Amino acid sequence: MDFLDNLVKTFFDVDSMLTVAPQLLTVGLVNTLVISAASTVIGLVLGMVVAVMGISTSRWLRIPARIYTDLFRGLPAILTILLIGQGFAKFSQSIFGPSPYPLGIIALSLIASAYIGEIFRAGIQSVDKGQLEACRALGMNYGRAMVLVVIPQGVRRVLPALVNQFIAIIKDSSLVYFLGLLVSERELFRVGQDAAVNTGNLSPLVLAGIFYLIVTVPLTHLVNYFDQRFRTGRRRPTAPTSGLKEVTELDAVSPLTTGSNT
Amino acid sequence: MSSTTSTSADQPTFRGSSLQLKNLCMAYGDIPVIRDVSLEIAPGTTTCIIGPSGSGKSTLLRGINRLHEPSSGGVLLDGEDALRVRPDVLRRRIGMVFQHFNLFPDHTALENVALALWKVKGMPKSEATERARRRLTEVGLGERADHRPRDLSGGQQQRVAIARALAMEPEVMLFDEATSALDPELVKGVLTLMAGLCERGMTMAVVTHEMGFARRVADQVVFMDEGEIVEAGRPEDLFDNPRSARLQRFLSEVL
Ligand SMILES: Nc1ncnc2c1ncn2[C@@H]1O[C@H](COP(=O)(O)OP(=O)(O)OP(=O)(O)O)[C@@H](O)[C@H]1O
Ligand SMILES: [Mg+2]
Repeated sequence: MDFLDNLVKTFFDVDSMLTVAPQLLTVGLVNTLVISAASTVIGLVLGMVVAVMGISTSRWLRIPARIYTDLFRGLPAILTILLIGQGFAKFSQSIFGPSPYPLGIIALSLIASAYIGEIFRAGIQSVDKGQLEACRALGMNYGRAMVLVVIPQGVRRVLPALVNQFIAIIKDSSLVYFLGLLVSERELFRVGQDAAVNTGNLSPLVLAGIFYLIVTVPLTHLVNYFDQRFRTGRRRPTAPTSGLKEVTELDAVSPLTTGSNT
Repeated sequence: MSSTTSTSADQPTFRGSSLQLKNLCMAYGDIPVIRDVSLEIAPGTTTCIIGPSGSGKSTLLRGINRLHEPSSGGVLLDGEDALRVRPDVLRRRIGMVFQHFNLFPDHTALENVALALWKVKGMPKSEATERARRRLTEVGLGERADHRPRDLSGGQQQRVAIARALAMEPEVMLFDEATSALDPELVKGVLTLMAGLCERGMTMAVVTHEMGFARRVADQVVFMDEGEIVEAGRPEDLFDNPRSARLQRFLSEVL
């Protein structure tokens, strides 16, 4: 009984949870979402650039894209965040002011773009070569064909993977706390952590965890939904039709259809 | 053969251009695939290219519109050196139809036809849509304009693809086994449509396994093997009196 009591006090102390809840909601959750969303948007843009470079026929585009991807995917996120967050602090100060917040977003964006670039590349390369060929045969140049036809198809195919990536970014956004954020800039983890130190139990962190789950769990279900929708296609069920009907139809429109056809 | 006898009022006629291949050579890497092919296709005529699998028929077609660049030799479109024109510009003058249709799956039939008119020819969107609708009606798909490719049969998809190519007002049409992926009962409709184009004055190069079509519609039949033209001539000559042993052998396998 003592043990159970202890457990509840440590992890589920309602009082400390209620005390920290408003802060988690108005400061922590907001910052987590801002950091994650901004990193994702920048990551999507950079990722598309890296992907397009990566499938280029020119090695002067392909090789830098490869190195970039290998670098940011191969390093631990925390290392990248610290190197960029502290390494460029002076430089950042002259543009953004003293807060490490923008640098944290940039570091997360770079990491995200390496993963997103690979996702985009795989998606674009999975599009049937015939699509590009059909565009080219119609007189479109490579860029047009990619932008109008190939890339949209590739991107649609990898939507589930992109949502997964967004979930990963939300979780990784907790790492920017290493850069020492201002009080108003703290994200979920940091708010929970500070409160945990003050109250002497882990309940605020548990509540922070619950907030993470409230955001990420629906997203994982969104992934499943996308996955099903795109894997099975959206084909509407239709009554069985006869190919012969089509033959009759065609006979009706084309005066040329009648006559010798053997 | 390509007289304009049964052309109906709502089916436009075409002004096909001549096409000449002069000692054309093509290669993949350093492996020669097309070897010294010369061929003359008169304006408004249809040439059927037959030959065993791997003989280089598709490669030859892709050389004509430079989806794969020839390594040497010449292509003349309407007497003009096609290898000196910018490829994008050249391809606007040459329509191509593929075995697997290659329609854009996210777009309706109408959008498939209108896209290049709008984005390549720079037509206003409304005009492009208007013309696309007419082309679809001509291939018997006016009613299906808003269907996506996946909701169309193979035969219908291929007719959309033909309408898409025709909408660009090409001077020459290339067909690469346009009916090979179709269910048997749908083959006839597409072949009939192609025969109609031929009658209406389009210049066509048709790679096909449909010997009946070649015999009936072609002005000239070309038999290719191992990247070379082995025999070429009028269909009745090739089919009834094949001279080379290779063509005799081929015909005995496919007929
Ligand atoms: N992209 C490519 N890269 C390398 N070799 C190729 C490529 N495409 C075709 N080939 C080779 O070139 C030769 C001619 O191929 P091609 O596709 O032109 O033949 P085909 O006559 O169209 O055959 P099929 O009737 O099977 O379509 C074949 O030996 C083939 O293996
Ligand atoms: Mg082929």
